[in-house]
Amino acid sequence: MMAHATRRRLPIQAVAGTVPMILVSVGVFIIGIGASVLWSFTSSKLFPAYDFVGLQQYRRLWADARWLISVNNIWIFGLLSIACNMVFGYLLAVFMDQRIRQEDTFRSIFLYPFAMSLIVTGLVWQWALDPNLGLQQTVRNWGWTDFSFAPLVDAKTAIYGLVVAGIWQGSGVTMAILLAGLRGVDAEIWKAARVDGIPTWRTHLFIVAPMMRGAFATAFVLQCVAVVRVYDLVIAMTGGGPGIATTMPAVYVIQMITVRQNVGQGMAGATMMLLPILLVLALGGILAWRRKRKGVAA
Amino acid sequence: MSAADVAAPGATAAGPDVLAEPRGPKPRRISVGRIGLYAFLVMSAIFFLVPLYIMIVTSLKGMPEIRLGHLFNLPAEPTLQPWVDAAFRACTGRDCFGLSPGFINSVKITVPSVIISIVCASLNGYALTFWPYKGASFLFGVLVFGAFVPYQVVIYPLIIGLSTVGLFATLPGIIIVHTIFGMPILTLLFRNFYASLPVELFKAGRIDGAGFWRIFFHIMLPMSVPITVVAVILQVTGIWNDFLFGIVFAGRNNWPMTVQLNNIVNTTTGVREYNVNMAATILTAAVPLIVYFVSGRWFVRGIAAGAVKG
Amino acid sequence: MAEVSVRDLEVSFGHLKVLKSLNVTANDGEFLVLLGPSGCGKSTLLNAIAGLLDISGGQVWIGGRNVTWEEPKDRGIGMVFQSYALYPRMTAEGNLAFGLRMAGVARDEIARRVAKAAALLQIEPLLKRRPAELSGGQRQRVAIGRALVRDVGVFLFDEPLSNLDAKLRGELRVEIKKLHTELGSTMVYVTHDQIEALTLADRIAVMNGGVIQQLATPKEIYRRPVNRFVAGFVGSPSMNFVSGTVSGDGIVLADGQRVGLAGYEFAALPGEGRRAVLGIRPEQIDIRPAADGTAGMKLAVSVVEPMGADTLVWTNAGSDAVSVRVGPDASFAPGQVLDVSFQPAVASLFDAESGARL
Repeated sequence: MMAHATRRRLPIQAVAGTVPMILVSVGVFIIGIGASVLWSFTSSKLFPAYDFVGLQQYRRLWADARWLISVNNIWIFGLLSIACNMVFGYLLAVFMDQRIRQEDTFRSIFLYPFAMSLIVTGLVWQWALDPNLGLQQTVRNWGWTDFSFAPLVDAKTAIYGLVVAGIWQGSGVTMAILLAGLRGVDAEIWKAARVDGIPTWRTHLFIVAPMMRGAFATAFVLQCVAVVRVYDLVIAMTGGGPGIATTMPAVYVIQMITVRQNVGQGMAGATMMLLPILLVLALGGILAWRRKRKGVAA
Repeated sequence: MSAADVAAPGATAAGPDVLAEPRGPKPRRISVGRIGLYAFLVMSAIFFLVPLYIMIVTSLKGMPEIRLGHLFNLPAEPTLQPWVDAAFRACTGRDCFGLSPGFINSVKITVPSVIISIVCASLNGYALTFWPYKGASFLFGVLVFGAFVPYQVVIYPLIIGLSTVGLFATLPGIIIVHTIFGMPILTLLFRNFYASLPVELFKAGRIDGAGFWRIFFHIMLPMSVPITVVAVILQVTGIWNDFLFGIVFAGRNNWPMTVQLNNIVNTTTGVREYNVNMAATILTAAVPLIVYFVSGRWFVRGIAAGAVKG
Repeated sequence: MAEVSVRDLEVSFGHLKVLKSLNVTANDGEFLVLLGPSGCGKSTLLNAIAGLLDISGGQVWIGGRNVTWEEPKDRGIGMVFQSYALYPRMTAEGNLAFGLRMAGVARDEIARRVAKAAALLQIEPLLKRRPAELSGGQRQRVAIGRALVRDVGVFLFDEPLSNLDAKLRGELRVEIKKLHTELGSTMVYVTHDQIEALTLADRIAVMNGGVIQQLATPKEIYRRPVNRFVAGFVGSPSMNFVSGTVSGDGIVLADGQRVGLAGYEFAALPGEGRRAVLGIRPEQIDIRPAADGTAGMKLAVSVVEPMGADTLVWTNAGSDAVSVRVGPDASFAPGQVLDVSFQPAVASLFDAESGARL
């Protein structure tokens, strides 16, 4: 009669209801990524092959000028656009939080580029920066005949044109996330700082900003993911040109597996793209784990 | 900035026409900081609005007027012809039907993708929250990881997989792809939503004798309207704006509007008709922009909700 | 016959054992209250009885049936939750009827039972409203109604009054008591509020750290707490504890004064010189010198707190604070030394180390 009643149930209906999730996480994200990494060690051309060539594809990849430029570009584009987005987005958020008139109007204006396709963004800025049609010509028509601002036609500066478009598209989102973070800060903090006579900018920088760690981290991670994935913007704005000056890893990989029919090397590039994301995630994981441990100890 | 509001009260008393003793509401002053604040916001707003203004103005001009280079001028002789051309006559390669086939394709892709991905994700979120079976949290972890993965890492295996089952370059194929890549973020969205509901609601349902499906359909689904609206906004804009998956997985006959737009604009043959191109661009952006302006705060909420990772 | 019985119940979350080999029985028609601070395992126990969580060992019996492996709906229970847990998109009526609809009960039978429960709880005018259109008290009535329509012999309450304000809590408490008298069903009621426990219960199980400390009638728990935890948890303002050492049939306090305890029922005779704690409730102390059959102490007044109906006088006995409940008109000055007395029979004496009653 004293039988111990342990029963582990597998809710069959719950499993049945999540079959798509099981298929996607196992089939796409585990097997798919595994296959990509696997093929990066083979000499696959248009179709997957299974003759392993060791690190040969990686050696070729890192000897390919096109890839080296891609990597260089993603760093320039990434660092500049993320830094500018964060600073600009933060300033916008702080200013938006000053009980301004027409807040909703401003918010709509700052955020609408994000609602549009990166293809649209790319085309818009391609025209705005066109030397014969865009800003340069307009300013010259206004009288400054030697005004010069056409980054896209010069291989050295084209990447900065992409950064401008990136800021236009992305800083509104950063603003929205950081503004939500600002509004989430306990209102009594502000009252306390006011009573203590701490200048507003100091309160922002030293008290409130550290409390918004979560919002900053969210905005940062969101942008990192967007930067690594950047493809549409380049295709629409410069097509990777002039020449190969603005090509990016995402563009490189797609070209490898489509037009250039060199899957092995493409997958090597894709695996390299995965690495920084893995690093950032691992770092985040370690930080979260350490915080949890500290929390338990405290 | 509100630094002025915090300034010492003595500053107020220094004004010439202030009563001897402060009384009643403190006089509001227009401070330098406040002017600077609005100046910054207005300048920023101009930065964001200029491209849109240029596009609209240019799309209403004829080509001769555009060649004059007065980008900011209002059209001298407004014409809607570029819009008509963009919609029905612009050429991609040899075909000259404008964007309209792309529009129809985008609708055919977006509608089923949005519905299927949201149904899957809401079930996932519900099951993960209330019926966590062994291994469920591992699956969820993989899915969240998938939200960060560069698409390039999984695109080729997907091409191979879909070709094997004969769905590569078909409408069902692209719908499956959108469902796959929408799943991580949507599942997260729904899971966080269901996790925010009181568990007691689920317990009450169990006591009342409802099982997995009945609790979902009778209790959870009717409560999920707000989060579903957010998910619909997120998915409609996301899928409509997609370019990469469309060009890779949809196949020539199903190319969405974004791909056709890029083909029309970046086609190298013939004279560049900027007015037609800009009209085409506005037409492509129209659907997400309408969603954005109609949904307003919901859109912002979607970003914030979608952004809260884990 | 709807007796609820838990035998050797074990519940663990991961490696953490929340309940260890727990036994408790609520007799047919009994109102059993599970009382304890948050995290003591009382809600876990209730959820285990309801079948809402997987147990790791032991059995649950309801109405003479082993329901350990039964689904919650098949256990013959109704449950009321702290957050009401009303289905927000259904009307009050829909909420009451939902369980019956799920069970496939005939339409007119559903209508009959809903009408009966609504009449009993006086919520007929509210039946067409959504939960959002109801006040807190009305919501909890509907939630109770949802349990009533199930026509079961056992009702489980999980802190049902905690989300209500003080006034409503008092009203609904009376209502639940009336309901129990009318229905005569078994009720298991979880709360952290000792007033609710004392007013409602036939028997109270005081829990702490996943263990039932004492299972007894409210009176017994109030008068003869088995250990310091129960003594301190039940009663408001809470019991005073004064430490000292046992000497003969009395106790010597830290400041040297001896308090005789002639008349106290020792559970077992404590050894001479054993360190002990004397527990006296504030209302058991009289401000008058010791006479026949009472024990006397000297207390120095520190703070006086008038509370309307009565006044609480905070005093010191050695290093321990002692509160004394006196009439509303009494007035004392800080520093004043009072001669007080109490009946040893109603006091409690605990071991200083283990906290067990001596």
